[in-house]
Amino acid sequence: MAPRKDAVSKKTVAKIEKLAEGVLKAVAGGKNPSLDIPVRSLANVKWSDKRRLVELGSQKQKRYFFNVSMAKKFMQTFLVSEACKELIDSGKTTSIRDLYYVTKHTIGDTKQNTFEEQDESDPIIEDLEVTVDALREELHLFAARKGSMVGPITIVDTGDTIDLRRMGSGGWAVPSIVEENIITFKKHEAKYVLLIEKDAVWTRFNEDKFWKRNSCIIVQGGGQPPRGVRRLVQRLHSELKLPVYVLVDNDPWGFYIYSVMKQGSINLAYESMRMAVPDARFVGLSSFDKDKYQLPGNVSIKMDDGDNNRAKQMLAYPWFRHAKWQKEIQEMVRSGLKFELEALSRRGISFITEEYVPKKLKDKDWLE
Amino acid sequence: MAKASSETKAVARGRKAGKPQLGLFEEGQAPAAPAAVVTESEAPAAEAAPAAKSAPARRVTAETMATKQRDISVAEFFVKNRHLLGFDNPSKALLTTIKEAVDNSLDACEEAGILPDLLIEVRDLALDAGSGELTKGEGRFVVVVQDNGPGIVKAQVPKIFGKLLYGSKFHRLKQSRGQQGIGISAAAMYGQLTTGKPVRVTSRVGKRKDAHVFDIQLDTRKNEPVVTHDDTLTEWHQEHGTRVELEIVANWQQGQRFVNRYVEHTALANPHAAIRYTRPVGAAQRTSASTPGNESLVFPRATNELPKEALEIKPHPHGVELGALMLAAAESKSHDVRGFLQTTFSRVSSQAAEEILAKVPWGKKATRPRLLASNRTMAEELHKAIAATKLMNPPTNCLSPIGDELMRKGLVSFLSVIESEGDSGDESTQLDLDSAGMKKKPGKAVKAAAPAPEAMPAVPDAPAEEGVEKIKGHNYFIATVTRPPKVYRGNPFQVEVGLAYGGSWPADKTIELFRFANRVPLLFQRGACGITEGIVSTDWRNYLLSQPKGSLPVGPMALLVHIASVWVPFTSESKEAVAHYPDILKEIQLAAQECGRKLATFIRKKKAADYQAQRRSIFELYIEEVAAAIGKITDRKPGPIKREFLKVAHQVTMAEEEEGRAQDESRDAKPKARRAAETEEE
Ligand SMILES: Nc1ncnc2c1ncn2[C@@H]1O[C@H](COP(=O)(O)OP(=O)(O)OP(=O)(O)O)[C@@H](O)[C@H]1O
Ligand SMILES: [Mg+2]
Repeated sequence: MAPRKDAVSKKTVAKIEKLAEGVLKAVAGGKNPSLDIPVRSLANVKWSDKRRLVELGSQKQKRYFFNVSMAKKFMQTFLVSEACKELIDSGKTTSIRDLYYVTKHTIGDTKQNTFEEQDESDPIIEDLEVTVDALREELHLFAARKGSMVGPITIVDTGDTIDLRRMGSGGWAVPSIVEENIITFKKHEAKYVLLIEKDAVWTRFNEDKFWKRNSCIIVQGGGQPPRGVRRLVQRLHSELKLPVYVLVDNDPWGFYIYSVMKQGSINLAYESMRMAVPDARFVGLSSFDKDKYQLPGNVSIKMDDGDNNRAKQMLAYPWFRHAKWQKEIQEMVRSGLKFELEALSRRGISFITEEYVPKKLKDKDWLE
Repeated sequence: MAKASSETKAVARGRKAGKPQLGLFEEGQAPAAPAAVVTESEAPAAEAAPAAKSAPARRVTAETMATKQRDISVAEFFVKNRHLLGFDNPSKALLTTIKEAVDNSLDACEEAGILPDLLIEVRDLALDAGSGELTKGEGRFVVVVQDNGPGIVKAQVPKIFGKLLYGSKFHRLKQSRGQQGIGISAAAMYGQLTTGKPVRVTSRVGKRKDAHVFDIQLDTRKNEPVVTHDDTLTEWHQEHGTRVELEIVANWQQGQRFVNRYVEHTALANPHAAIRYTRPVGAAQRTSASTPGNESLVFPRATNELPKEALEIKPHPHGVELGALMLAAAESKSHDVRGFLQTTFSRVSSQAAEEILAKVPWGKKATRPRLLASNRTMAEELHKAIAATKLMNPPTNCLSPIGDELMRKGLVSFLSVIESEGDSGDESTQLDLDSAGMKKKPGKAVKAAAPAPEAMPAVPDAPAEEGVEKIKGHNYFIATVTRPPKVYRGNPFQVEVGLAYGGSWPADKTIELFRFANRVPLLFQRGACGITEGIVSTDWRNYLLSQPKGSLPVGPMALLVHIASVWVPFTSESKEAVAHYPDILKEIQLAAQECGRKLATFIRKKKAADYQAQRRSIFELYIEEVAAAIGKITDRKPGPIKREFLKVAHQVTMAEEEEGRAQDESRDAKPKARRAAETEEE
């Protein structure tokens, strides 16, 4: 007997069934069956000033079954749909890599496979997400997991109560799926959330018990935070009303991590609503910190062409239109230099936890 | 006095001659001259060169040489130069012998207006003697060729078979397979040289006449026949016809593939002939015990229509060379040059003759032709005047092409044989003739017998599509082109091209090129042949085949090129390769292009059709998958879903095919105009 489904899962299954029924109906009417798939390219991404989010536009693309260039993708979409429905029905989750193997097989007596590589199945999953308007977590799929968290908060993870104040040096590993049916928040004394780009820097903050002294939750996502981390931060922000601060390197990539946390990513704009924290604040490193904190010249790194291009692109992002941000990015471009968070260690190994971040927060020296 | 002076002169000359000679020796031009030669030499010159000197002696004088200078008969010449006639080695000699006899038989039947019934037989004497196995390598073989032609009158037989350069075809302009008068006597001579046996000829010219049998040898010194046996047969199984039997040294093991190929190709180019071909088979390879030692293949007549009669023509003045013009003038019986021109040449009307004569200074007065023969200047003036006068092209009714329809029939029956042969895995029972046949993967099982005559349909089932013939389960596209007659060096000629494309042939091999001249297959010297050059220099990439630079195109195709002419210019007496006359090359190219365009249209259509079929099969594959998935999602049986899908898929592809066809047609219409512009004169 299949396990009992929660409301979200029921809704997701219904959406998949509707998709299949739609095809049957088209065929019964003698029509070439098709799917309407929202376009996920930059051309169909809009910045909503009101909601301060990157949003998917209304453009859709038809995917016909009986069209040589679309037939395979059409088939793949239903293989993925069917596999997801089975996952939900059986109450299991799996990685997108696993799903690739589940749906991959040889077609008939040909040498052709349903999927040749995971690169083929990943975009089909995204197609399905936008087509049935369900996040991949709701389809019981998750991407690679990374990220850790500690702080003055107690949570329940699939029935286990976990006290994040007692997680030792490694912290709690943030799972890939952190929806309400998996994770719920209990007692907490946190005043804010600090999202740190790098694992090494986060370790310093944990070792120095920064979170205890400052009553905050510290999270790291190992570079660009995975969906699990972003979704959890978003929930902490929206459910517990905790402000979110982001601490990243002073380079275009760091700024981009902040930008994704704040607005959502462009290629996954459809998930912005559930992943982005438009109020997130950037506490550093700023391009002006090198003077403010008297960093020696030799800790800087020269920007390369890629960095420069990326920085210039960011100047055009609607959410960086504010004069403060324009100045910030222009200064980076002007100096042609970038800094890693670790550069602050020149001022002492705990300079970052004892002086830099506390001062920034006290002075409200951040960007939004 | 005079004598003495001449003597002293001679002495003086001798001395003088001695000095410089010594000088030459001293310069050491030939220091390694063996002393033995010098001492043994009977030449007086040797005295002038002391043996002590290490240099070659003058060996003979003009006088001693003169004693040895004498006539060389053509026979002697060709004994030494057999390769010129195609008797280079025992395996090639086998084919050449058969070919000369068969070509003659076909020529004779055609000239007499008889539908040919030919028998070609090769016997392995060792096998016949009971060895049980085929002779390995060289051995004694008997070749028999028999026809139902007009026969040869008794008096002519010895010279035809026992004298080189004796024939009826050399002195005329008429399309025929033989033209030199060497062929069959050369074969007889080869047999005589290698086995010592005379050629045996049986011939009968009509119902009321007796048949005669001759054994004929050739006196090579005199190039004259010697009849060693002469008999009259009161009974012969044919009312008319000729039978030639030759014993030769041959190599069947290596030569059979040439013979097989020649016989098949001859059948292909002569669909009006019925050919029974009997060849030796070893005990191990025999498929039927009833024909011990030999097996027959029958190539039935594909048409009862005789080829259009090739008419004899007079030479065209534009092709005549100065020397030939003078010779003709010397032999002319006309009173004046005007008459000479009109009677000796074709296309010279009285008006044309007048035009020509108006261009020579002596044109006003009547001139005897004989004068031209001795007056080189006048002859040259006339020659130039002829060249400068526009004349009608030579008559072309003298040519007898195979024709589109018969070429097509021939190709089809040819392919049938190749296909059936391809099924046979056994090397020796297989007509491996042809690499086209070998292109096919050999089947595993050895099929019962060699193809029986009934098994070869002259015309196969209804074609699947225009130009496409279905042969043994494979579709071949067949296209043919017969060009209008043209002229080279005053000789009318005509080019035909036929191609068969597709079937089960591999797409990555060089095409098969079959060359024919006056319906005779050319099997050797492919690279040296003008036909090959004409095909290689055609850009087949325009017709959607790939073609490495300077090579034949690559693709699943057999190409037949036939050149018919009153005089086919061969590169040698063995008639193996056509000479590279620009006029001929150009015609071959034009014919190839025309055929190529038909091919390109077909390939393009086929590609589109293949694409559709492939598409449909892709849909069918995916339908299986999607039906299963949707069945699971909606909790339904996949079977009915699949059926619905298939129905819609079919409708969709059909509709698109219609559209595609409409587009195709509009695309095809366009290049036609361009083609007309790009193509030639006419
Ligand atoms: N089977 C035959 N029936 C009738 N006449 C024949 C037959 N074979 C040969 N002849 C006659 O004998 C002649 C000589 O034949 P031969 O093969 O030596 O020369 P050819 O055919 O004229 O020229 P080529 O040397 O090119 O073959 C022919 O021209 C023909 O008139
Ligand atoms: Mg001959």
